[in-house]
Amino acid sequence: MDVPDDLRYTDEHEWLRDEGESATVGITAYAADQLGDVVFVELPAVGRELKAREAFGVIESVKAVSDLYAPVAGEVTEVNEELATRPELVNVDPYRSGWMLKLRLTHREDLDELRDADSYRGFISG
Amino acid sequence: MAYAPHTEDDRRRMLAALGLDSVDELFAGIPPSVRAAGIDLPAGLSEIELAAELSRLAARNRVDLASFLGAGVYRHYVPAAVDQLISRGEFATAYTPYQPEISQGTLQTIYEYQSLMAALTGLGVVSASHYDGASATAEAGLMTFRATRRGRLLVSRGVHPHYRETLRTYLHPRGFTVEEVPLAGDGPSSGTTDLAALETALGPHGNGAAPSDVAGVVLAQPSFYGVLEPMAEAGRLAHAAGALFVAVVEPISLAVLEPPGEYGADIAAGEGQPLGVSPQLGGPYLGILAATEALTRQVPGRLIGKTHDLDGKRAYVMTLRAREQDIRRERAASNICTNQALIALVATVYLALLGPHGLRDVAALGAERAHELERALVRAGAPRVHAAPYLNEFAVRVPDAGAVHARLLDLGILAGLPLATLEPEREDVADALLVCATELTTSEEIDRFARAMGAELAGRATGAGEEVLAVPAGMPA
Repeated sequence: MDVPDDLRYTDEHEWLRDEGESATVGITAYAADQLGDVVFVELPAVGRELKAREAFGVIESVKAVSDLYAPVAGEVTEVNEELATRPELVNVDPYRSGWMLKLRLTHREDLDELRDADSYRGFISG
Repeated sequence: MAYAPHTEDDRRRMLAALGLDSVDELFAGIPPSVRAAGIDLPAGLSEIELAAELSRLAARNRVDLASFLGAGVYRHYVPAAVDQLISRGEFATAYTPYQPEISQGTLQTIYEYQSLMAALTGLGVVSASHYDGASATAEAGLMTFRATRRGRLLVSRGVHPHYRETLRTYLHPRGFTVEEVPLAGDGPSSGTTDLAALETALGPHGNGAAPSDVAGVVLAQPSFYGVLEPMAEAGRLAHAAGALFVAVVEPISLAVLEPPGEYGADIAAGEGQPLGVSPQLGGPYLGILAATEALTRQVPGRLIGKTHDLDGKRAYVMTLRAREQDIRRERAASNICTNQALIALVATVYLALLGPHGLRDVAALGAERAHELERALVRAGAPRVHAAPYLNEFAVRVPDAGAVHARLLDLGILAGLPLATLEPEREDVADALLVCATELTTSEEIDRFARAMGAELAGRATGAGEEVLAVPAGMPA
């Protein structure tokens, strides 16, 4: 299962790409594989302030509906509008075109709480 | 499947397995103060005695009344074929099966129900049904919060008082605010929702103002008072503020009124009882809930879809089931959304029997009878309370309405609803009766009602007493 080295991870299987002022968030290939075919992704409004670990949206596959959690606190500056019509991007390209939202980081220290790639690999194989 | 409770022997074996001597011992952990002290039931009856007892109870129903009562539940002719068809054993459960795909017939009837409601409401997505009109309306309110993530709901006072109460019951504990919008008091639109007050309640928005915090606006068409509301205008005001617009509808009226989907409603909710279910205390009734396709994933409960199986044959399935409580527990879209499959079937059979022309005839006949009733009551001295147009129900001004209602009941006339019983704090309807007519109302009944009302009001004017009222002139013996 693909776990890129340059990302940070949560126990709820979100990934975060640290871009300095901001970060991009999505779900991991492992999570997408566990969910099966994703049919719908509900994302928050731009401008919403999220707390760390707050539910920001919902992902629906043919077999389950799950909440999506913010890995860190931040303000939503952009959401991936393409998922509205092409939710399958989460399955086929979870780390690139399947991204979900961009956050303006308000508490950079939250990043220290996240797993690195090695730790996450251990987590999902454990 | 047997529904017999445990036998004495079952209980003994279960207690033995638990190492207990009695059922009392089993419940010892529950404080005595909250335990029932026993249920005082009469002794069992033989079948003969039971049949006699049920006949005695049934005889207490007043079936001799000329009824002008509506107020959310309406008397219509139910073709005999309805009961015949729904009594088939295959349909004898109120529930959607939890192993649904083996019950293709049940799924097909729900699918057809959804399709008929979509045609009536002009909205693309219809749930498999809810308990009743009030709970469907409350679910509509919750949908507006989920869809907009805002926290206030504006509900017209023209919405049924029970529905408003149900909205508060569902929404307040979840932290949402329900505010009422008053009705216009005078002028040609009196009785309809006060649109200026609605606009004020929506607050400033646009032109740099902060977005409105109103999630939805709820109006009823026709209103609880029977009047026709300015739905398109109210919908435009709601949408301008970014709120959703919910229409509470009466399904038979949709045969002659504009469908909610055409005047911009995002959600329609309503009571399905008029579609083939006789008025009865406590139901079962039918909650109709329909929405635009944009709101598909906010619709609570279940949807039935049509697809093809591996062999290309038509098949019905449960669609979008993943948000239901058996899968999502406390995060389900709703936890109070039992489907009324049997009553949805009644509505489906009723609509299929009547067809579009038949349904239009039922709606038009009711309106015709109601306007005949209005003319007769005006002659009797009981004018309408409101000026706005109505369909088949309206409020009339009758001094001391509760007492008049009680005396007419003695004469075999159910003179609608004294509005003070449901709206005790509203002075504008303190002396008013809400009356309705349907295709079952006869000219003879209208004549009896109007003469009795005339005698009441004339008796009052001349100071005559009870004797005159008890035997009004011209009453058939």
